[in-house]
Amino acid sequence: MIAFALVAAVTAATTGALTFREARTGVLQQSQDTVIKLLRTHVDRLAPDLAFPPREPGLRQLATDVAAAEPAGTWRVLVVYGGLRATSDPDDPFEEVTPALRRAVDSSRATVFQRVSTGEHTSLVVGMSVTFAATGTGFAAASGIQVFLSVPQRTEAAYVDELVTAVERATVPALGLAVLLALLAARGVLRPVRALRRATRSIAEGRLDTRLAVDGSDELADLSHTFNETAAALEESVAELRGMEARARRFAADVSHELRTPLAAMSAVTDVLDEDADRLDPDTATAVRLISEETVKLARLVDDLMEISRFDAGAAVLHLDEIDLAESLRSTLAARAWTDRVDTDLPPPDTVRGRVDPRRLDVVVANLVGNALRHGARPVLLRLYGDGTQDRAVIEVLDSGPGIPADVLPHVFERFYKSDAARTRTEGSGLGLAITAENVRMHGGTVRAADRPEGGAVFTVELPLRRDESDPESVR
Amino acid sequence: MPRVLLIEDDRAVREAVALALRRQSHEVCAAVTGEEGLELLRSFRPDVVVLDLMLPGMPGLDVCRGMRALDQTLPIIMATARGDDEDIVVGLEAGADDYVVKPVQARVLEARIRAVLRRAGGSPADAGIPKIDTYGDLAVDRAGLSVAWRGEPVALAPSELRLLLTLSASPGQVFSRQQLLQAVWEHSYHGDARLVDACVKRLRAKMGEPPREPRYIQTVRGFGYRFVSR
Repeated sequence: MIAFALVAAVTAATTGALTFREARTGVLQQSQDTVIKLLRTHVDRLAPDLAFPPREPGLRQLATDVAAAEPAGTWRVLVVYGGLRATSDPDDPFEEVTPALRRAVDSSRATVFQRVSTGEHTSLVVGMSVTFAATGTGFAAASGIQVFLSVPQRTEAAYVDELVTAVERATVPALGLAVLLALLAARGVLRPVRALRRATRSIAEGRLDTRLAVDGSDELADLSHTFNETAAALEESVAELRGMEARARRFAADVSHELRTPLAAMSAVTDVLDEDADRLDPDTATAVRLISEETVKLARLVDDLMEISRFDAGAAVLHLDEIDLAESLRSTLAARAWTDRVDTDLPPPDTVRGRVDPRRLDVVVANLVGNALRHGARPVLLRLYGDGTQDRAVIEVLDSGPGIPADVLPHVFERFYKSDAARTRTEGSGLGLAITAENVRMHGGTVRAADRPEGGAVFTVELPLRRDESDPESVR
Repeated sequence: MPRVLLIEDDRAVREAVALALRRQSHEVCAAVTGEEGLELLRSFRPDVVVLDLMLPGMPGLDVCRGMRALDQTLPIIMATARGDDEDIVVGLEAGADDYVVKPVQARVLEARIRAVLRRAGGSPADAGIPKIDTYGDLAVDRAGLSVAWRGEPVALAPSELRLLLTLSASPGQVFSRQQLLQAVWEHSYHGDARLVDACVKRLRAKMGEPPREPRYIQTVRGFGYRFVSR
């Protein structure tokens, strides 16, 4: 917009300035040519009357006559011959004739002129040599007499002033008009471009129902049309994808939920089966124990599936409470009777406190430690420390097993990812680490897996220790 | 022989749970609907109710409220197939003492029943010293296991009573939610603070506590709860 206006302004101003310069040069050139021509005529007419070699009264007479030849009476004339000098006005110091001008007249037979400014006035100073009439040699010889003329250029100055005023008068409205037109043109181009930019950004921010108002039939209108069509197509595709995703999520949740009722019946009697297995014949006992074990696994899998579908549906909620993380970690180990199987490196009570969801933290730690105990080898170390700023807590679970193969490492938090056939036979559902990652993510933290240089794997959880002032009782 | 009233509409679950509980030497009476369960309350006079939340006809939440209206002190354990946080919190606020998410193993359910029965009839940690503690308008009879507010008896559900006894036994001491969970519900697993919060809320309401400025049971931000005897 500003660029448009600037271009218009510069164009108008330059045009004005150029016009002014050309006009001024023309005016001055014309007045100067007239003066030189007049002077030459007068000198040619009056010089032959002068006695040669001239004496001072003769020179004065010439000067006066030349000055008088111009009826306006604005001419001042100086006539010089060697050391003699005479002016049309007897007391005139004639300061305009500079030594440089005299030298120029000395060395040239042509007319020399100079525009001289003294204070506010500008004068045209003309100098010429008086020559003898051409002789047989064809050359005019210099007589040594020099005539200088000074004409004030008041009229020309006034004329130029008027010119400046005129140019100003013409340029300022032109300038205004040009800027106005430029702004209008800019509006015409820039407004649709800006609308397009806003619309693009709006789409990028997820407001897919953004459309542009199309008016006119130029290329910009075409572009807006195309944009609208693209946005409509995008909105349709995204709506379709979202619908499919929602149906898939609902299906997963429904399936898990429907599985619960038969599982509830089966789970209720697994203990009965286990107890009675001892009194049955070996084959039946094996079958009964198998059913019991698999029922427990199935129940856990359905639980995990429900949890995952809750994450996917965005139905998982954080119930934040400010707790001592070290105590929470100890409780997790104690509740699962892991205290003797896991080494701990925990800070003293109340040094690392933070607002977390205790139940979800428990799930995270239990999954990582359980994972280390199953897949890694002892010693397993659970470590907790605050980072330097006390803004984040770092929880590390280290094991001394074979570590995680490099090709598996990027996938460990994926659902149902099984690194090898052996792992499929373990009791995990294949969802534990995925649930862990989701729980950490809900807290705004990060979890990563790596191999330790000295062998074994390390899982690192970083949790922000939010301590805002919201009510800890707001558990919904 | 503890008497368990089981309200469950699914035949397989009902029979399996009844079978498992009978093996644990409970006397079990099973109802298919909430209405039937409410009727059996008088004739069967159960020691504890195991209530399914999703029932045909009368919803489980209404059954729970109806039972609370008839008997404030009857232990109720909710068995819910919907483990979503909201369902659990709503269930607890309807007056349940505890809840289990289906599918549940018989021994977990059995443990919950035992715990809730201990709360209802058993002796709290400092029983044996018959005394009545008075805190302003509130009188707690630790031997008789009853609570009076300005001389009027307040009927508390087992968990509410146990929670009040635990908190008031050490006035001024701050209990974390985890400590209360272990002391009152005997939950060995970690971290289900919703039980504690819901129970405190109900207890405050019954004791006529102003919701913004509770007088007796105070929240200690970030730590838990404490009983203030003034």
